[in-house]
Formats: sequence, structure tokens, C-alpha cells
Amino acid sequence: MLQNFSIFNTIYNDAPQPWQLGFQDSAAPAFTGIVDLHNIIFFYLIVICVGVFWVLGSIMYYFNTKNSPIVHKYLNHGTLIELIWTITPALILTVIAFPSFRLLYLLDEVTSPTITIKVIGHQWYWSYEYSDYVTDSGQSVEFDSYMIPESDLELGQFRLLDVDNKMIIPVDCHIRLIITGADVIHSFAVPSLGVKIDATPGRLNQSSILAERTGTFYGQCSEICGVWHGFMPIAVEAVSVQDYLAWIDSV
Amino acid sequence: MSDGDLSSKYVLQTAGFDARFPNTNQTRHCWQNYTDYFKCVAAKGEDFAPCKQFKRAYHSLCPNEWVSKWDEQRDNGTFPASLEP
Ligand SMILES: [Cu+2]
Repeated sequence: MLQNFSIFNTIYNDAPQPWQLGFQDSAAPAFTGIVDLHNIIFFYLIVICVGVFWVLGSIMYYFNTKNSPIVHKYLNHGTLIELIWTITPALILTVIAFPSFRLLYLLDEVTSPTITIKVIGHQWYWSYEYSDYVTDSGQSVEFDSYMIPESDLELGQFRLLDVDNKMIIPVDCHIRLIITGADVIHSFAVPSLGVKIDATPGRLNQSSILAERTGTFYGQCSEICGVWHGFMPIAVEAVSVQDYLAWIDSV
Repeated sequence: MSDGDLSSKYVLQTAGFDARFPNTNQTRHCWQNYTDYFKCVAAKGEDFAPCKQFKRAYHSLCPNEWVSKWDEQRDNGTFPASLEP
């Protein structure tokens, strides 16, 4: 009911905007964690910047040659100040390391997944394989995902981002991604889901995603892989579990 | 098809966490399940139900291209590991 009034209806930014500086809206706990860490560190960064430039500005203003012609006489050495400006940054870096490592290890964790999706990078497209339902007769679901060329775009589709076959995932399910490359190194990255992991030929990398809401999330290959590196986008569509099962049944 | 039919047809289940492979690199996780399956079959026969577990796991984890390459190598006798139980 409340959703009918537009002020109660959140509209998420799930695609990059021209000249965008900030992040896209998060759709996964991983990305929320990354954004929070960024914002917390950025606050202290601003405090430090103001402090440093304040000191620098004051020195230039009060101790220039005109105001104090022999200031260099006192600028040779100062053990105390040197200790302070060496130890303080070291402590700050140590303090930043704790939340940073905590997040890093949380992102590495693969919590008992409900489905596994294999993601394979090719020159220059992605292909996806869903093989959890392979029975004696059953077939593995696999398809290629190509960028839609600009000439074929329909109204509302994103240039250089939309693909013909999206990767479909169920919401609120822990999903294991097995990422590999077929030819050269690619990198599978979707900002709003908080994943970026190399697709290396001959190696299977594991990552985990959890979509907290339905929607379509975009990413791009993030490892230079050849001439059409910029034209192999990733589109992930998170749907309800029922819709996911219906989709699996239809392909 | 109603939702009930679909959720009994497709069980949302996949290879679980394996303490032998706790890292991001899961290459061996796939390989181990593939070889274990054929070792299991060689020891207990195709119809031995517990072997199916390995089969499901390697299907979930191994890229289909790898599986068909290894299947081919087994047929040609060039598979680079012993599948004797
Ligand atoms: Cu690429």
C-alpha cells in the first residue's frame, strides 16, 4: 500500500550514470561492507587532510622570509616533531588495517551455498553453466552472454552494458561462483554485488554472492583481455526463487 | 507447472564446503571429485548410489569443457591419473 506513494518507493541506481563519482546502490552485504569501509576511512582521510593543510598553510603564512628572515636557523632539526609525524601515521595505518582485514576475510567466506554457477570468460563474451540439476538424463544449463550491439538496442537498454542472455540468480540465496577463463585472463566484476575476481585459464576461482533484492545489476570485464575487452559486459538479474525455478525449467 | 512441482523437480542443493579446499582456488576440488567418482565406480560399480555424490559435485564444480576433455582422455586411455580404486 505505502509503495503506491512515490516517496515511500525507493528507486535504486543499478546502472552507472554519466560522470558518476559515487557508488552504485548496494544489492548485497558484501558491497554494503565495502562502501561502509570506504566511507569510514574517507572521514578520517578528510580530518587528516584538513590537519595537514592547516599546518602547511600556517607555516607558509607566519614563517615566510618576509615575516621571519632567519627562520631557517630553527628549522634544522626537531626530534620530538619527527617522532610525532612518524609514529602517528604508523598508528593510523595500523588502526585502518583491522576493519580492512576483517572485511577481506568476510568477503572470502563461502557460506553453505544453495547453488553453484560456473562463469567462464571468453574472448569476448561470458558464458554461464548451471549444472546442479544434472541427473542421469538431465542436461546442464549453459549459455553464452553477448553484449547487445548499439544498433540493436531497444528503448531502456543500456549501451555497452546490456546482454542477450543475462545471468539469472535467485534472491536471498547464497550462491557459489566458480570463475575461470577459456583463453586469456578476464575478470568478473559486478560492483553492486561486491564481486571482482579474476577468470584465469586452467584455474577455478571461487567467490560468493548474495542478492538482497530483485533487480538487474551490471558489471564489466575488469582485466584487459584483448581488442573487445570493453565490449563483454556482465548483466546479473536477481529474481524470486519461484521465477528462478521457472526460468531453469524453461531453458 | 505449479510452484510445488518445480521445487520438487529442482532441488536447490549443491556441493558443500569441503575442508580440504578452503581457499579461493577450487581447481583441485573439481579434480578430486572427478577422479573420486571414477575410482568409486571402478570399485563399486555404476549403480552404487553413494558414488552419485561425487558425480553431482564434479558436475557442479567443473566447467563442462573440462569434463568432456577428461571424458575423452579416459576413452583414449590418456587420462593423466590412475583411476584404479
Ligand atoms: Cu575479458
